[in-house]
Amino acid sequence: MAARKLNLKERYSLLTRDLDWEYSYRDKKEIFPYEDFEGIKITDWSKWEDPFRLTMDAYWKYQAEKEKKLYAIFDAFAQNNGQQNVTDARYINAIKVFLTGVSPLEYQAYSGYAHVGRQFSGVGARTACQMQSIDELRHVQTQVHAMSHYNKFFDGFQDFSHMHDRVWYLSVPKSFFDDARSAGPFEFMVAISFSFEYVLTNLLFVPFMSGAAYNGDMATVTFGFSAQSDEARHMTLGLEVIKFLLEQHPDNVPIVQRWIDKWFWRGTRLLAIVAMMMDYMLPNRVMSWKEAWEVYFEEAGGALFKDLARYGIEMPKYAATAIAEKDHISHQTWSTFYNYGHAAAFHTWMPDEKEMDWLSEKYPDTFDKYYRPRFEHWREKEQAGERFYNPTLPMLCNTCQIPMGFTEMDDPSLIAYRQSVYQGERYNFCSDGCKDIFDHEPEKYVQSWLPVHQIYQGNCGGADIEKVLSEYYRINMGKDNLDFHGSPDEARWNAWHNLESAEERLKKAG
Amino acid sequence: MAVAAITPDYTGERLDRVENFHGNIVVYVGWDRHLMFCSPIAFATPPDTTFGKLQDEMIAGAYAQHPDFAKIDWEQVCWLLNGEPFTPDREATLAAQGVDHKSIIRMQTPGLEGIGGSHS
Ligand SMILES: [Fe+2]
Ligand SMILES: [Fe+2]
Ligand SMILES: [Zn+2]
Repeated sequence: MAARKLNLKERYSLLTRDLDWEYSYRDKKEIFPYEDFEGIKITDWSKWEDPFRLTMDAYWKYQAEKEKKLYAIFDAFAQNNGQQNVTDARYINAIKVFLTGVSPLEYQAYSGYAHVGRQFSGVGARTACQMQSIDELRHVQTQVHAMSHYNKFFDGFQDFSHMHDRVWYLSVPKSFFDDARSAGPFEFMVAISFSFEYVLTNLLFVPFMSGAAYNGDMATVTFGFSAQSDEARHMTLGLEVIKFLLEQHPDNVPIVQRWIDKWFWRGTRLLAIVAMMMDYMLPNRVMSWKEAWEVYFEEAGGALFKDLARYGIEMPKYAATAIAEKDHISHQTWSTFYNYGHAAAFHTWMPDEKEMDWLSEKYPDTFDKYYRPRFEHWREKEQAGERFYNPTLPMLCNTCQIPMGFTEMDDPSLIAYRQSVYQGERYNFCSDGCKDIFDHEPEKYVQSWLPVHQIYQGNCGGADIEKVLSEYYRINMGKDNLDFHGSPDEARWNAWHNLESAEERLKKAG
Repeated sequence: MAVAAITPDYTGERLDRVENFHGNIVVYVGWDRHLMFCSPIAFATPPDTTFGKLQDEMIAGAYAQHPDFAKIDWEQVCWLLNGEPFTPDREATLAAQGVDHKSIIRMQTPGLEGIGGSHS
């Protein structure tokens, strides 16, 4: 008997909804033990609307075609020595930040979605999460492959996954995802699918991918494009999760609101590194961080939250603070990395005169007043052969784990200090947002693995900071770290392009 | 409920309890309106460190590169301890004057406005 060809709808239902079965001899609570403890009430999983109608067989076929194209471009990029055609070797440092800070999050996302893709009792949600899980694994793989080419020619790429687990500033993205993955499955979805992928992802991917395009980095542009159709699916999943939770039970609304407040704030803190990348690390600038924030959060996010108002959902609690910070955050973050440039696995530098002028123009209210004098001082010091490095270890926020370099928005030259005392012990924070997160769940955040405290406890290879950096973090000292000027990266770049180093030019002039 | 957890009465390990610091306490020091140093500093030091030693050795070692540092009139410095006004006793230990684990000491130096008046 010839098999009847199924139509799309039938196939879809057989390959997703029909994968479920009635549980006849085990209690449902035993099978899905994670579904209740967060306080979320689901009355009817059948109301879940699958955000994308995609069956596994179609999925494999589609992804395989994308892979083929992608790897053909990687090959061409390598054969044509694409690494020589980027705008400037400084640009490569943005890619180092991406590989050490962002790609491992793709892996964390893979693992997180695999977990929730098992734990929901609704089969529609499970299938969607399992597909996303496979997407995320593909993302980390293609990113590592794309950047492996740069590893042959530039420093700082060689130990990205080791570094992600240990290096002080990488504890910021790592702890962000650890926090989401150790939460319950519904919070994970609100954190990653909604707050991050739906609300904030454009502020991560658009800057990196258009930054790559503006700076001649075709390898990165290509993996960006290849991930884009996946991201579109992830965003629809994010929106479906929110609508489903809010429609299921009114008691879910305050819980979801609190998660949105928390994850919006954690997300904006995480994006500080993207802000500095856009304003400082791209030799060809795309747009300022402030402009990107206005387009992708204030306009797009504003419309979204207007739409969600009918469910009783409001703008994230600290949106006003985050909006005020758009004038400061990139400068403060770059200052931090410039301070601790000896302890980072990528290069930092002071903007040149033209770049300073661009910053003055893009940030008319803040750059000249608060930041330009500092940067000019640092540039003078460098020219005098005394490049400034901060000889200490910084105080970190107990929640976001970022050095406490953010200031009060009503008094931008004063560091924002917040403190809680919990069971007799002090905990310190960079902001009201980070303090709120701790105060709500202190038993979670008393466990923060704060890199500076870990060094002082002797858990990072002893008291000798040089050794912590070189042996525990595996930074190749003198190669991966320090200023771009004088780095082996710069020397190689100059040799490829027959350029003189700044030092040589100075010697000749003098 | 101090955390949403699947385990009843879940408690987390306190990673930064003072016992883990081999006899030291962590003390943070910030110099207000001098943001060339991007963040307050974290020091690990014995609780019987005198305030004089903190000021003359640790703070001086950390901030000496700042062009305002040599101009500080130490008589005029206003100190804050965990946000409250504080009059340190140079001879007394940190512990004896309430500087405990993960406390924040801030110094304000009126008249010194940072690099180019930018509070840097
Ligand atoms: Fe991804
Ligand atoms: Fe994604
Ligand atoms: Zn924080």
